[in-house]
Amino acid sequence: MKIVLLSGSKVGSKTRTAMDYTKKAITEKYPNAQTSLIDLAEYDVEFSDGRNYLEYEGDTGYVTKTIMEADAIIIGTPIFQASIPATLKNIFDLLPVNALQHKVASILVTAGSSKHYLIAENQLKPILGYMKAQIVQTYVFVEEQDFHRKEITNDDVLFRIDRLIEDTVVLTETYTKIREEKEAAYGF
Amino acid sequence: MEKYRIDPSKGLEFGIYTLGDHIPDPLTGERISAEQRIHEIIELAKLAEQAGIDFFSVGESHQEYFATQAHSVVLSAIAQATEKIKISSSATIISTSDPVRVYEDFATIDLISKGRTEIIAGRASRVGLYDLLGYNLRDYEELFEEKFELLLKINEERIVNWSGQFRAPLRNAEVIPRPQNGSLPIWRAVGGPPASAIKAGYAGVPMFLANLGGPATSFKFSVDAYREAARQNGFDPSELPISTAGFFYVAETTQQAQKEVYPHVNQGMKLINGRGYPKQQFAQSSDTRDVMNVGSPQQIIEKILYQHELFGHQRYIGQMDFGGVPFDKLMKNIELIGNEILPAIKKYTAKK
Repeated sequence: MKIVLLSGSKVGSKTRTAMDYTKKAITEKYPNAQTSLIDLAEYDVEFSDGRNYLEYEGDTGYVTKTIMEADAIIIGTPIFQASIPATLKNIFDLLPVNALQHKVASILVTAGSSKHYLIAENQLKPILGYMKAQIVQTYVFVEEQDFHRKEITNDDVLFRIDRLIEDTVVLTETYTKIREEKEAAYGF
Repeated sequence: MEKYRIDPSKGLEFGIYTLGDHIPDPLTGERISAEQRIHEIIELAKLAEQAGIDFFSVGESHQEYFATQAHSVVLSAIAQATEKIKISSSATIISTSDPVRVYEDFATIDLISKGRTEIIAGRASRVGLYDLLGYNLRDYEELFEEKFELLLKINEERIVNWSGQFRAPLRNAEVIPRPQNGSLPIWRAVGGPPASAIKAGYAGVPMFLANLGGPATSFKFSVDAYREAARQNGFDPSELPISTAGFFYVAETTQQAQKEVYPHVNQGMKLINGRGYPKQQFAQSSDTRDVMNVGSPQQIIEKILYQHELFGHQRYIGQMDFGGVPFDKLMKNIELIGNEILPAIKKYTAKK
């Protein structure tokens, strides 16, 4: 199973901190899973210009191809101006129609205010649904107060992340199994 | 229809097209050389002619996994190797070419083939050639519209006066040689939503409609929109031919056809577009109402006749070599087309 952790912003450190913990927890619990963390702060990604994703080179090509090869994507995102960051939206714009078909997507949100709680529900899930992802319905919402000096200090958050990881892996295995059985039944 | 060398009394024309893709056979993982691929395409055209197939065409794509970038050169070899079959590009990317050079090439192929050559001009669904040939992708639409217009003008007028944004002006230019019958059938390649079909209808040019899969009725919207746009702009739709183009593969049974071709289509799509062909959608394509012509001879005959009833088109062309299908399988396809599919289609669609 290939799991990509996508840290969707160039600003701040909370999302990256949460994604680092998530990656470490996956590696401990599921040592056979191939995990890779893409922090968009570390890549120079072009804006989508309408090309097929295979035609981008450099960082843009690397990021899009890695996502397209994944079985599951854990998206970490802050909330800016009551929405997802442009850096993250650009990733979706770079990918083709139905790009997330047969992939599981789960969400981890970091935010400066609890008022942003429904933004992932109302803005990110519709995008993932349109791109045909199987969405892990429960997401993890983490606030400023849960961090201290680049560490998550709230055990409740850590427990919720652990459950998010488990749900992501279980759903990926389940959907893969269902699909393989269904496809075998077609007989071609 | 005569202008486009279509004779409705002979029924629906049947053709074969290749994008000239050069993809490893997914079953063996091996890829034949570009030399062998090009020779097999030429050989396929000869076999198609012997089987009574009406039309054969070759496309250009300037990127990895393709071998017929110089498609007009391949077509000239086919022109030399055949005698009766119509030949064409599918498509020529006019946006990134000089229409004068394209016309010179195809008029020459027309003379070599003694009046059998056509051009299908398209905008490119894979845009790697923009970088390679030094064009700006932002000019995607306008490059096509301007250069396609010029190509049509060269076809219609012996002495051309023209000026535009993307090419030096032409002053009393004579583009020679002229094709055998004075002009070439030039089609506009159309894919996706009806917007592109409407542009073709508005300009009163024949339409080549690509349809990979999905219900045939979905493509009926584009056909209707095309004819309506033509009518509104003063053209007679009954004088404008329509061709459809899509995946084709025939074997003894529908199950066998799906089994043989699916790995090729899936791998081809994966390598070229980055996403495979979902198996669930491919499974649905065996339904008569789905536009993809994969199946037993009887199933394909039913599909093509159903599509003909729906679209009233003049030509259908199938792509059966996509994704590294080995040559012996292509020969078997040609045999089944010639022996079983063509006679039935001609019988039911010829106007008496």
